Amino acid sequence: MSGPTLEMRFPAQAKELRRVRAAVKEKSLACGADEQMARDIVTAVDEACQNVIRHAYKGEAVGDIKLTLSIEDGALTISLVDWAPPTDPSKVRPRDLDDVRPGGLGTHLIRELMDSVEFLEPPPGCGNLLRMVKQIC
Amino acid sequence: MEHSIREEGGALIVSFEGDVDLEQSPKAREVLLECVKRGNKILVDLSGVSYIDSSGVASLVEAFQVAKKQGKGFALVSVNAAALRVLQLARLDKVFTIHETLADAL
Repeated sequence: MSGPTLEMRFPAQAKELRRVRAAVKEKSLACGADEQMARDIVTAVDEACQNVIRHAYKGEAVGDIKLTLSIEDGALTISLVDWAPPTDPSKVRPRDLDDVRPGGLGTHLIRELMDSVEFLEPPPGCGNLLRMVKQIC
Repeated sequence: MEHSIREEGGALIVSFEGDVDLEQSPKAREVLLECVKRGNKILVDLSGVSYIDSSGVASLVEAFQVAKKQGKGFALVSVNAAALRVLQLARLDKVFTIHETLADAL
């Protein structure tokens, strides 16, 4: 199976994430992920979207997120594009988990759950492009 | 997300149903902090939680820390596999007291 299997563009708002999670779960299962892996992928995507909402757009909900999910050779690739000011990838770091406090877990969860996570050069006119890959089979 | 609060065996039991996500976690935070204010032993029943993310976990952590500072009991009950996975990834499964059932907790 190859080629995009899911494309969604939605406002960067918390209330959109429920349907995003549902769509990602359905497609992940359809691509061959088992229940646990599909849940992991959903969590990673949800956390990545949260980062865009909270940090890239700074909670101001003035832009969209475009999500693309595709599979090739058993590797599920999810890309998130936004139109927020470019993020400095070196500033996106998981925090020390021994420091128990609310918040700051999103980046850690994404990196734990996906096989690779990277910021790439965004398309012209876009702010950021995050690509996450999970080997499903 | 729905929630309910009841008292039993000297504990204040708050149960959440549904997704505790970025949209709902502010409400969860408000409910949890109110429970910590009201009770001396707080049990958070997560059996009905279909999804919890880092913002939901942050609400739990904040309430737990406020409770701890005030010398109050705070524990999680009936944490399903999905919620436990997120807690384990965040290394919080060893920080929270987690009971398998309400009977164990009371």
